[in-house]
Amino acid sequence: MSTPPDLNVILATDCGSTTTKAILIEKQGDVYRQTFRGEAPTTVEAPFEDVTCGVLNAITEVEELSGRKILEGSKILTPAKGDIGVDIYVSTSSAGGGLQMMVAGAVKTMTGESAQRCALGAGAIVMDVLASNDGRMDHEKIERIRQLRPDMILLSGGTDGGTVSHVVELAQYISAADPRPRLGQSYRLPLIYAGNKDARDKIKEILEAKTALYIADNLRPTLDRENLMPARHNIHDIFLEHVMAQAPGYPRLMQMTHAPIMPTPAAVGSMLEKFARAKNANALAVDIGGATTDVFSVFQGVFNRTVSANLGMSYSVSNVLAEAGTENIYRWLSFDIEEQDLRNRLKNKMIRPTTVPQTLQDLHIEHAVAREALRLAFIQHKALAVGLKGVHQERTISEAFEQSSTGESLIDMMSLNYILGSGGILAHSPRRVQSMMLMMDAYEPVGVTMMLVDSIFMAPHLGVLAGVHEKAALDVFYHDCLVPLGACIAPSGEGKEGKKAFDYILLLPDGSKKEGSVNCGDVQLLPLEGEAKVLLRPQKGLDFGAGPGNEFSAPVTGGVAGIIFDARGRPLRLSPDTAKRRADLERWARTVDMYPTELL
Amino acid sequence: MAHAYTPGLKVVPSIRLRRRRLLPIPGEVLVKEGDRVSARDIVAQTKLPGKVHLVNVANRLGIPPDETRRHMLKKEGEEVFANDVLAQNEPWFKFMQTTIPSPVTGSVESISDITGQVMLREPPRLLKLSAYIDGRVVEVMRGSGVVVESEGSFIQGIFGVGGEAHGPITVVVESPGQELLPELLTESVRGQVVVGGAHASWETLQKAKAVGASGIVVGGINDKDLRQLLGYDIGVAVTGQETIGFTLIVTEGFGSITMAEHTFDLLKRRQGHQASISGATQIRAGVLRPEIIVPGVLEGKASDATERGAIQVGDPVRVIREPHFGVIGKVSALPSELTKIATESKVRIMEVSLGTGERIVVPRANVELLER
Repeated sequence: MSTPPDLNVILATDCGSTTTKAILIEKQGDVYRQTFRGEAPTTVEAPFEDVTCGVLNAITEVEELSGRKILEGSKILTPAKGDIGVDIYVSTSSAGGGLQMMVAGAVKTMTGESAQRCALGAGAIVMDVLASNDGRMDHEKIERIRQLRPDMILLSGGTDGGTVSHVVELAQYISAADPRPRLGQSYRLPLIYAGNKDARDKIKEILEAKTALYIADNLRPTLDRENLMPARHNIHDIFLEHVMAQAPGYPRLMQMTHAPIMPTPAAVGSMLEKFARAKNANALAVDIGGATTDVFSVFQGVFNRTVSANLGMSYSVSNVLAEAGTENIYRWLSFDIEEQDLRNRLKNKMIRPTTVPQTLQDLHIEHAVAREALRLAFIQHKALAVGLKGVHQERTISEAFEQSSTGESLIDMMSLNYILGSGGILAHSPRRVQSMMLMMDAYEPVGVTMMLVDSIFMAPHLGVLAGVHEKAALDVFYHDCLVPLGACIAPSGEGKEGKKAFDYILLLPDGSKKEGSVNCGDVQLLPLEGEAKVLLRPQKGLDFGAGPGNEFSAPVTGGVAGIIFDARGRPLRLSPDTAKRRADLERWARTVDMYPTELL
Repeated sequence: MAHAYTPGLKVVPSIRLRRRRLLPIPGEVLVKEGDRVSARDIVAQTKLPGKVHLVNVANRLGIPPDETRRHMLKKEGEEVFANDVLAQNEPWFKFMQTTIPSPVTGSVESISDITGQVMLREPPRLLKLSAYIDGRVVEVMRGSGVVVESEGSFIQGIFGVGGEAHGPITVVVESPGQELLPELLTESVRGQVVVGGAHASWETLQKAKAVGASGIVVGGINDKDLRQLLGYDIGVAVTGQETIGFTLIVTEGFGSITMAEHTFDLLKRRQGHQASISGATQIRAGVLRPEIIVPGVLEGKASDATERGAIQVGDPVRVIREPHFGVIGKVSALPSELTKIATESKVRIMEVSLGTGERIVVPRANVELLER
């Protein structure tokens, strides 16, 4: 590994759809810390149509706050000397809708899924997945390709040496549709072919005249191997050379930065991968925004990302209602509200997305929607973060009895160590414990799971920085970016309500201990900011990771909320009786001090 | 951030505005710079590629794909008519022959030796692009479209459904708080842009369709009625392509909400004038709101479309979130420090004086400037 450059002052920006955020990172002793930040409206759209205006405004705010002169006109001063200049400037971008792709694969659940994972991991929004067996008629596929105006297409299909007809057929559909790129009328749509290498000549013949064709290694060279990195690199290169180059002001921004601009979600994913590797742990991260919810996971070193394009808290709030159903929103509310009123309120939030809840009732409604958006996005993530399908497996007799199949989800909640939340509803909850409970209700973690929030959404900046200087990125990630909420300690399984679920002993570093027990159907909060060790003795049928009924001990780290013992059962089932359900919700909220008491 | 509040919707008696009229793919512009055009005039046109039909010749003839070309009676690029024989096999006995007719009129686009598929394309379809508003062509973008400039009244709604439409303005209610009842919609409103008051129910919307109204403009509708009208739930506010029989423009929001008085008054003043309306709404990047444009300057000189500066004490505002949703008042104070509200969030607030003399405190993010 090459030695990281010697950096003392780092400037990073993230150009979001609405806001451009700049942060300054400075080396203090041996540790890098984020010291100042500034933000300004993003200026990709009219009347400015130049992303660098917003970038310069955000940097100017950093200059004013820090007293450091960073800009000479529109030029960034490098290297840093005293109070002047920075050593490096890096940036990410999701402005203008981010990177939008269409992917195609011969079989939907095989190369189609591999192509989807490849594009998502590169930070793209996947507009559609085209496959020979996607259930659509041929002309419908062609019509769909024509309607979409992606930034690029990823075409895959077939293993090397296998059949070529399916992928050739897909190429013919694309050719017939003659698709246009989203930005720039005059240039040809980039298309990456990463399928059966035997079909390359035929693909060139069909698509070379109509697209800007790139050939990459096969995503699925054999059934049991997925090779996503070569095509992902192609996506990043094309993102910079074609897509960014067409966006207003980006050619200038690309000249200003000292490392390639990364799509924001790709940078977040990169940061999570680095974090999981550094901690040697499994981690799940979510970024719930106004329009979309991104979910990232690293399990046993395998990274996955999904984006639920229409699950969000403002622009897409109404879609959460449509997808979850009214009853699933209602189940989290402990008060009466007419369905028409609830629906109208959510629609009004959709058409005026920047409003904030002013009443506790409105805050409860937003929290109910957030739980469902998180839950639905997680279901989508679990469906894609799977092992390879169609792989021949040799099984022992006991495995055959377990009825396990290929393509099982990689997400194993019992082995999950960290959940990281970001996005307005989680990062800016009036009480931190609210964020913790929202994620607990949506994800239902089991075992001992540490929960954190990215308080000011710095992960993108740090992800792109990690490519240049991993230590600097991780230092800031631990010290300034992540706010530890605490740990959720929950057994898997269900017990009879009111009966004891487990005993616990919390051994604190000073030698003291706290003991107690938790009944089925209850939650319990213990304040703990530092580290401790927990010993758990579950009742028969309940499992913390050592098997049902077996004693389990593990180190545990607290946080601003503390430790929450959760014996409500997994899966978490809310009472079908309205009065009982509301009473339960109120009791749980009161126990963890989730809301001011007026409403409860 | 300089502006914490939601910029308001424009309601302007006289303004000079421009609309870009662009073809989806390159075509032909039919007007020149300086031409006067009316809303329904065609300013540009293009040929949209015809639909593609696939015929798996190899499968249907029971031959290997690489023999497809040999069995084709029509070559690539050749024109075909519906039911023309595209391909046939050559059995020993004539009565066993299989012929494949063309399902459409068009041309043979491609023949694949790998899949055995033959791609047929229907003739191109002519797409005509209208001027949308009465005005003057001020810019021609060769091969792609024009910019039309007009002067007139301009009213933005908050949410709409349906595409571009035209018709004279007809106000059928007495006050902005009145419900637009179905019985107010008679045969006489056919082809007109009907202005109601606070709310239109499902029955009213059905009646609008039945009598052939061109557009409906109301303060609010209920979400469940919208769902019934469309047959599905709108998840993300990107509209304009719906075909519901008329164009719907909501000026205030979801629920029954009195239409802002100055919106209602302006529409009343423009009663009988031809209007161009569009329900197209897009609330993400590149915000697009539904609009009503009534050409013709009302008084004095039309102003140019300009962006307003920051909000000030005395500005008229509408509250856009509970517990005061829909209330209209004037800004009476703009404290700069963060204030803790009932949710315990610390936000920038403003004080709004209502007509009754009451003063309420509202997060700045929860008001909309009434722009005039």
